[in-house]
Amino acid sequence: MKITSPHSQAHLDEQIHVRNAKPLIHLQGVSKDYFGSTVLHQLDFDIYAGEVHALFGENGAGKSTLLKMITGDIQPSSGDILINDERVKIASVHHAKELGISAVFQEYTLVPQLTVEENLFLGSNLSSGIFLQKTKLRQWAKKTLERLEFDLEPNQLVMHLSHAQQRMVEIAKAFHSKPAIMILDEPTAALSGRETKQLFAMIDVLKNEGIGVVYVSHRTSEIFRLSDRVSVLQDGHLVCTHTTSDIDEDQLIELAFGHRFDSFFPTIKANTGKQLLNISHLSISNSLVQDVSLTVNAGEIVGLTGLAGSGAADIARACFGLNQIKSGVITYLDDQVYNKDLGINHLTPRAMLDRGMLYLPADRRSEGLIMDHNIRQNISLPSLSLPKFSTGFWVRRKGENHVMESVSRRLKINQLSIENVLNHLSGGTQQKVMLAKGFVRDVQLFILDEPTIGVDIGTRAEIYRLMQEFCDAGASILLISSDLSEVANIVHRVYIVDRGELLAEIPHKNISEATLSHYLDKREAPLS
Amino acid sequence: MTKKRVHQQPTVWQTYLSRIVNFIAFLYIKGGVLPWFLILAVVGFSFSSEYFLTQANLRGISMHATYLVLVAMAQMLVMLTAGLDLSVGVMIAMTSVASSLTMGAMWSGHGSGWESILIGCVVGLGACASIGLVNGIGVAWFKVPAFIMTLGMSSVVLGLALSLTGGIPIYGMPPNFTNIFGYGGWAGIPVPILVTIPCIGLMYVFLNWTRIGRYIYAIGGNLRAAQLSGINTKLCIVIAYTTAALFTGIAALLITARLDTGESNLGVSYPLLSIAACAIGGVSLQGGVGKLHNVVLGAIFIILIQNGMNLMRINSYYQMVAIGSLLIISIMAENFRQRLVLTYKNKAGSNV
Repeated sequence: MKITSPHSQAHLDEQIHVRNAKPLIHLQGVSKDYFGSTVLHQLDFDIYAGEVHALFGENGAGKSTLLKMITGDIQPSSGDILINDERVKIASVHHAKELGISAVFQEYTLVPQLTVEENLFLGSNLSSGIFLQKTKLRQWAKKTLERLEFDLEPNQLVMHLSHAQQRMVEIAKAFHSKPAIMILDEPTAALSGRETKQLFAMIDVLKNEGIGVVYVSHRTSEIFRLSDRVSVLQDGHLVCTHTTSDIDEDQLIELAFGHRFDSFFPTIKANTGKQLLNISHLSISNSLVQDVSLTVNAGEIVGLTGLAGSGAADIARACFGLNQIKSGVITYLDDQVYNKDLGINHLTPRAMLDRGMLYLPADRRSEGLIMDHNIRQNISLPSLSLPKFSTGFWVRRKGENHVMESVSRRLKINQLSIENVLNHLSGGTQQKVMLAKGFVRDVQLFILDEPTIGVDIGTRAEIYRLMQEFCDAGASILLISSDLSEVANIVHRVYIVDRGELLAEIPHKNISEATLSHYLDKREAPLS
Repeated sequence: MTKKRVHQQPTVWQTYLSRIVNFIAFLYIKGGVLPWFLILAVVGFSFSSEYFLTQANLRGISMHATYLVLVAMAQMLVMLTAGLDLSVGVMIAMTSVASSLTMGAMWSGHGSGWESILIGCVVGLGACASIGLVNGIGVAWFKVPAFIMTLGMSSVVLGLALSLTGGIPIYGMPPNFTNIFGYGGWAGIPVPILVTIPCIGLMYVFLNWTRIGRYIYAIGGNLRAAQLSGINTKLCIVIAYTTAALFTGIAALLITARLDTGESNLGVSYPLLSIAACAIGGVSLQGGVGKLHNVVLGAIFIILIQNGMNLMRINSYYQMVAIGSLLIISIMAENFRQRLVLTYKNKAGSNV
């Protein structure tokens, strides 16, 4: 079975306006449970031919889960997916492709060692017998790229392309299989203004060809420029689906983020003290970051925000010795810890930990935690050299257990589950365990890299509560986050980073989601 | 769903059966595959040979197991850092050659020869430790994959050992060395066992009660996380390889004493056997996971199997087939166990 889309413009116009036409795909009351917690609640979603249906909502609202369901990556725990009024089970990504559903995801799915054309046709059957038809491939690739007006050579190796170019290849890859439904998940995240314009023109082409487009974006301006309808998700619930022309930007933001600010985010008082961290004219090797200067004072929460790939995280990681610095001076607690001209470089995790800095990475699985070890071992790892945990050589198990009693109380977890292996715990608990590394040692400056990414709403609230505790105890927090609602409601001061440069510093009284998205939008998506 | 599931009442037998299956699955999830292997082996061999459970045979098994226990502990230490030591075999050869050459050269031919034994042992252990040191430096500082580093060192060290001896066994060590460390005993317990038991204790304490032990587990569990926690990962890896080499060296000295010769072709089977002991004992090949007592049991199990097969007069070529298969089966069983753990967790729902 394949989703059939009627390829006639007149018919399409009719379809968009007359809603009794059949949708290409219809999700009926689908839910998804993971390990007993529900991440999608009884959701209805449909896509018509020739429309752009935008999905809007904050991180963790369930957008990716929904997309994964449509592309066959996961199956709904309950509810039905209907294609042509027939119930189908989309068994795999491959099956979805056969049904005519193509997707471009945020993660890169290209093979870097292959050329553009080889990537375009990877997984599609264009061979005669066992041999690939190379000349034919070349022609097809050229045609696809020309049609999309992408400035790429089919025989370039993907590993030599920029991020934006790689994204273009992915879009072309999804496009060339002539899908009935095309899913674009934040496609403009790494694109320049010119490339974004090309992409939008391409989406218009797709619409005219009767393809149903699902468009996910954080940028409201893009949604209003492109979409015919918009669905708003919040915490796994579908808030509403509107015809885009019926609402305006403020209403949309209100729908996605509204009603929650007061209860959800704690009010954290800043007791700003003397200067703690001072970065001046920092440039980082192998990164966009150029000539960045910023300060963090004692007792305040400073935000460092930018879109994916802006380099905000690189700045923070450099302070912990995880990035090679090209030039600049870093002062911490009145002490120069990095100054190339004077030959000072104290930037190693050990040295900075000993000075009271703690960096907690965004990717807890690959960098933050040891998934095969238990909570106790993970929390005490950075602090094992402290006297309460060891006498230099020997580990004091008694002291460790004693410390863990108070840790489990603060984390609100069972004393016994301290010995549980992280692999078996929920993502939210894992995230809290990572933060708890800060409980057992003296920390003046927490650097939190996307601390609430991919955690459920309850854990988010708890993480904010922990941040409040840290701050009340006199510590400072440098919060790297691309979640604008979080930044707008938590921090006392925010720096906006864009493509490695500091765009602005916004004082507390001017911080709001609107101003932040205004700054980011203006730079990132110059729309016609 | 329009189709309703037909619910059938299970019979009494079915309930009992499912309870038994669940119980076995529970034991398997908790304990892994090793206890089942051990029970099967002991029961099987005691039925097939009446000699198997005699005191003399059990004493022989534990005596023989000591060498492999020591080497398996060394292998475990390296595997915990997510490494692999293929050079344990040639370490044994080199230690044997170096110590026996030293003893032979120093011993005058009369007297007790304690001095030459002591210096010979120190030289042997020193040679072994320096091989471990080179391995560790190569892996930690020069980022050579452990597999390649120790494979390369195997060739290097074997070549050196052969060039030292010309392939000829070395005699002329003080008789005390063999008499005491090879065949001696105290209160009926052979000396190799008397040496190995404190070594197990030392390793246990090292892994579980020292900072470096904890760091070694952490490095294997997640190298990046360990680095971000301020651990000097390079130093810890070097310490792990060197300490492992020392344990292998102790085994090598005991083997040399038992054989009363220094030989450059010793230890060929130990890389495979030690890795098998660790794998059967549940040490993760990805590093970071593994319990010492299981590795010791794993080593004993392998010797038990070999002994049982000898008693059943199974030809040594088929024994090779059996040991290799066991290694592979144990890994498959462990993977299966991981899957079971997940399904049972899912059934129970997430706690915490």
